[in-house]
Amino acid sequence: MIGLNQNLNKLNMSAEKQYIDLYDQATQMVCDNSVNVMNLPRFAARQALLDKGIVGPDTERYRHTDMEKIFAPDYGVNLKRMNFPINPYDVFKCGVPNIGSTLFFVVNDTFYNKDLPKNNLPKNVFAGSLHQFAEEFPDIAEKYYGKAADVKSDGSIALNTLLAQDGFVLYVREGIQLDHPIQVVHIATGKTDLMTNRRVLVILERNAKATLLVCDHNMSSATFLNTQVTEIFTDENASLDYTDLEESSLKTTRVSNIYTQQKAHSNVWINGTTLLNGTTRNNYQIDLDGEGAYTSLSGMVIADNKQKVDTHSLITHHVPHCESNELFKYVLNDEAIGAFNGRVLVDRDAIKTVSNQTNRNLCATNKCRMYSEPQLVINADDVKCSHGMTTGQLDENALFYMRQRGIPEATARKILSVAFTADVIDRVRLEAIRTRLTTLIEDRFSGKLSRCATGTCKTCSKNLNIKNLH
Amino acid sequence: MLEIKNLHAEINGKEILKGINLTVKEGETHAIMGPNGSGKSTLSSVLVGDPKFKVTQGTITYNGKNLLELEPEDRSREGIFLSFQYPVEIPGVSMVNFMRAAVNAHREYNGEQPVSATDFLRLTRQKRKLLELDGKLASRSVNEGFSGGEKKRNEIFQMAMLEPKLAILDETDSGLDIDALRIVANGVNKLKTPQNAAIVITHYQRLLDYIKPDIVHVLYNGQIVKTDGPELAQLLEKNGYDWIKSEFK
Repeated sequence: MIGLNQNLNKLNMSAEKQYIDLYDQATQMVCDNSVNVMNLPRFAARQALLDKGIVGPDTERYRHTDMEKIFAPDYGVNLKRMNFPINPYDVFKCGVPNIGSTLFFVVNDTFYNKDLPKNNLPKNVFAGSLHQFAEEFPDIAEKYYGKAADVKSDGSIALNTLLAQDGFVLYVREGIQLDHPIQVVHIATGKTDLMTNRRVLVILERNAKATLLVCDHNMSSATFLNTQVTEIFTDENASLDYTDLEESSLKTTRVSNIYTQQKAHSNVWINGTTLLNGTTRNNYQIDLDGEGAYTSLSGMVIADNKQKVDTHSLITHHVPHCESNELFKYVLNDEAIGAFNGRVLVDRDAIKTVSNQTNRNLCATNKCRMYSEPQLVINADDVKCSHGMTTGQLDENALFYMRQRGIPEATARKILSVAFTADVIDRVRLEAIRTRLTTLIEDRFSGKLSRCATGTCKTCSKNLNIKNLH
Repeated sequence: MLEIKNLHAEINGKEILKGINLTVKEGETHAIMGPNGSGKSTLSSVLVGDPKFKVTQGTITYNGKNLLELEPEDRSREGIFLSFQYPVEIPGVSMVNFMRAAVNAHREYNGEQPVSATDFLRLTRQKRKLLELDGKLASRSVNEGFSGGEKKRNEIFQMAMLEPKLAILDETDSGLDIDALRIVANGVNKLKTPQNAAIVITHYQRLLDYIKPDIVHVLYNGQIVKTDGPELAQLLEKNGYDWIKSEFK
């Protein structure tokens, strides 16, 4: 483990400086422990970080998340790729039960390639580490890696690209339809404070179909900073369901980027759910590049304590006849802070665009805060676009109605809160994941998950009575 | 069973109930009639503990307990049921989950185990039949998209499920056509036993053709100004409320 230089005079230096210095000192180590395809863009990433800083080119973009503050502390970075002494298949029992999903782990930011599950995936499907993928499919890896998530578009992408050394890849070749989901669990573990840099690359060729569930868990009581870059490419008529579930810890900070490029008639259903975290920034960028493409982008945040979740989305309709449907809901309690900035951009040529954006939020206390900025930029004629935003409290009339039927107030609040999130869950198309999410959300509103904050994730897995898949 | 003494209540600082006295015994059906704005719905809201209303004076004793000290959910679990004048729509909460939560909350209060899935299903089917309710409503969100008649039948269905000791029907007849009225009233009558009681709040005598009251009260300007047998309802139907208004100006 290499610690960042502790003697930095932070007052005179931007947060990114220490990472650039670290990289400059350890370039050889970073590259030797990675693969060519990941090393290629490092120089450009370094330059972007140097030019634009960690806040990136657009400072407005991070109004509600103090990136300098997030990246200022001195975290360890596992550049040597030391193994952490756990077998996630043994200690981590949190899976999607009985749906025959294939389960993979990324421990901190290293793909766990020992004790892999018996691979029941069809031929022509690759699911595994970026290292292995780069060896087996060097051309494909180079064609896609780093191509959706431009290092110049965001400081955290530049930083991640500079330091990331491994990742997870799902590559489904033409015409292959996966009926069962694939699950990737990112686990933060270890006793020392750590920065991890994670990558996920999803490539679906023509007519391919897949469901991917990506979980973000924490089994440690240490402080973590996780950067994550997910790139999704769907070719013509491909179909992807992508569920991103964060259930980390109050001491976890995460900056996630999901960048998606969709070709004609492809459809992508992304759901991002935050059940437990410290500070989270989720960036989504969807490019609808081919006619007839469809995007469902949805998410929900259940936050209490001093949790903070800031969502930023940009959906661009580049071509005619595409449809996007965006729905984000926040349930905030205690002193939680939520932010939603969603922009739908309709290019000049993108006639017959259909888009809808909805953001609805519940604030249970006077101390929680919700900042919402829905934005709709239309540069084409003949489009059908709508957006709406509301922030309020639980319906008092409904609450009283339930109490009159004998349901205790706390239970009634829980039922109404779960109900509030129901339409977001409905956007998850695979029933098994939907059911699992519902259970997790009910438990979350019952306060059962908050124990994860102490780093005893096994305890709540036991309570949830989840069986391992394998 | 229920004894209300000198009850005063207000909403937003405006006094609505100005000294109600009312005694309801087991096995009795009381009708409370009166013109608009006389305080009928306020009385029912106060009985079930609606936090919008504030009781400023008086006492309510229910089965020996000080009702005003009980939370709304505990009043329900002690056997008080209100059929709402305007049943609330709860999007995202299915009727079946809602009802199971309510039934189990009552059972828990009485120290019983939660109802089993099969027992609950059987109970539901049986009670639904009583109200001629479509089974499809069970999977729909509570009251959402229900017609006026369905909402009211759904109220009485819930009453059948919870088997209250004291049922308060707040203008259950409003918005009902004659067939729905008959179904609702039949439901109420079938649930009647010598051990329970009902307070029926209505504008019109129409409902009382189906649900026969033992005692009829007239509420006017926050007070009960007349109490008599069922014939009082007939009189009001014939002469309206004007004669009462002039008498108590």
